[in-house]
Amino acid sequence: MSAISELSSLSRRKGKATAEEKKANRRDNKAAYIFLLPWLVGLVAITIGPMLMSLYLSFTDYNLLQPPEWTGLDNFTRMLSDARLHNSLRVTFTYVLVGVPLQLAVALLIALVLDKGLRGLPFYRSVFYLPSLLGGSVAVAILWKQIFGTTGLVNQVLAMFGIQGPGWISDPSTALGSIILLHVWTFGAPMIIFLAGLRQIPNMYYEAARVDGATTLQQFWRITMPMLSPIIFFNLVLQIIGSFQSFTQAFIVSGGNGGPSDSTMFFTLYLYQKGFGQFDMGYASAMAWVLLLIIGVFTAINFIASKYWVFYDD
Amino acid sequence: MTTKLETLPTPEKKSGGAGKPTNRKPRVRESRGTLAFSRAQRGKSLMKHGILILAGGLMIYPLLWMVVSSLRPNDLIFREPGLWLNSLEMSNYTSGWSALTHPFGHYMINSAIVVIGSILGNLVSCSMAAYAFARLQFTAKKLFFGIMLLTIMLPFHVVIVPQYILFSQIGWVNTFWPLIVPKLLATDAFFVFLMVQFIRGIPKELDEAARIDGAGHPRIFLRVILPLMVPALATTTIFTFIWTWNDFFGALIYLTDPDMFTVPVALRAFVDSQSATSWGSLFAMSIVSLLPVFLVFLFGQRFLIKGIATTGIK
Repeated sequence: MSAISELSSLSRRKGKATAEEKKANRRDNKAAYIFLLPWLVGLVAITIGPMLMSLYLSFTDYNLLQPPEWTGLDNFTRMLSDARLHNSLRVTFTYVLVGVPLQLAVALLIALVLDKGLRGLPFYRSVFYLPSLLGGSVAVAILWKQIFGTTGLVNQVLAMFGIQGPGWISDPSTALGSIILLHVWTFGAPMIIFLAGLRQIPNMYYEAARVDGATTLQQFWRITMPMLSPIIFFNLVLQIIGSFQSFTQAFIVSGGNGGPSDSTMFFTLYLYQKGFGQFDMGYASAMAWVLLLIIGVFTAINFIASKYWVFYDD
Repeated sequence: MTTKLETLPTPEKKSGGAGKPTNRKPRVRESRGTLAFSRAQRGKSLMKHGILILAGGLMIYPLLWMVVSSLRPNDLIFREPGLWLNSLEMSNYTSGWSALTHPFGHYMINSAIVVIGSILGNLVSCSMAAYAFARLQFTAKKLFFGIMLLTIMLPFHVVIVPQYILFSQIGWVNTFWPLIVPKLLATDAFFVFLMVQFIRGIPKELDEAARIDGAGHPRIFLRVILPLMVPALATTTIFTFIWTWNDFFGALIYLTDPDMFTVPVALRAFVDSQSATSWGSLFAMSIVSLLPVFLVFLFGQRFLIKGIATTGIK
């Protein structure tokens, strides 16, 4: 069971103690809290404490040197008129809304081809999975920078066909596209999750459908998609949350400045520049909370929409 | 549960791979498939392999090309899209190794220190928390468990500013502590969840037997649970290794002194200093930096795929 289904089942069972819990109503608070101590300290000192602190800082002007100065909603009103920030939101939304569905579609497609009892499956799976392990590294971002450069691999190949390609990452209209492509390239991890999900669909559904004369396409839409929908949903939620936080690739490919002409200025990159380039910690904190809010809204929309297309078999 | 109806010959047999967490399907029906395995189907499967090899080749090509290019004279990188090697040029590796203030090995040792610290931290703290969540009854357990699941999805950026302030005030900037201490405090909640899932699968009778023999919780945890959860610990180790080795954002913020650089920030410094003049040595060091991840992938694939399939880690 995934973390998400676990969470929703927690909220569903609220109030009702399970039989197991009634039986074992002896509590070992002391032992439990000793085991939980490192996690609890981390929760307070590394997570919740800093969260509250950054919420406070988002209402202040703070540069690390002078003590924070309360400025009320100033940071947030500044955001409303910050054109670079609006642009960074546009870049990030494009990245997420194009990159995530594209990546999941490729992952699902390859998983479907792989699932049908293919010889050499472990080999193919490894080949497709490897990029997703390496994709987050600086080294691969460097590689990308070369491949999509003016004299990079892509243009060398195009030149063999007599085509003069543009400098993909030096051209503002294609720079983001090449980073989205890098994201799609790392489809291996969701593919593995899809593969595991496909294995859980009982074969008898397909057999019954075949007896009734269903075509492959009908089987896909009427059996595979509904049965797989919780897993697609799970991948979608996780990938959206993760993609909003993408940083390394845009940073390395653009040389740290989100260029050319801010076309790869991700929200996180702008946050980094504000916080750790200009030490405008108040503004950076406010931006971080806006990011949290955006991710929260997207996740909520996802959950609400899931009622209409995700099929739970229980 | 699916075998009763399987009298029809089905070419789509499901070959059992390591990816399936609960692989209980009996494998008796494979030989009967030949009857329906017509020429058309063989053609179809051939086409499938063709597509997969093409797609897989396309995926892996950039990586192979980077390896080959690192063994070429520098100017060929901009002219030679193929994989043919006329001579073996090791000079990129020797010049890349000593291109920065320290030999590249220095940064690898730094990375190794952070990685080992993070692995130990995650193993100890996450397994303790997981034991409490999976086996002990205590006040506010559901609340804490819910919070733990939520922190998995919390964006890192929301806490990074105050965390930075906190760690800089205790003088930990340019030390490895900010990268290791959070792991000692189980902030990688993903692994707590993974281990909880695993411990739930261990029969409770084993705990009961140990309890009857007079063992307390520390003893049950160390002598019964830990030895049985080695696969989960292995998965945690491997993922922590790869993520920490690739971690760029944390190192970028906390490590500004070249003495303390880990591999990703060292590579980034390399890109900035070279600006397209010596891609050969840049590629060479990129490959050196990817090598440990690749080795872990080769030997730990089983755990990686199982870990992803069961918990949906990225």
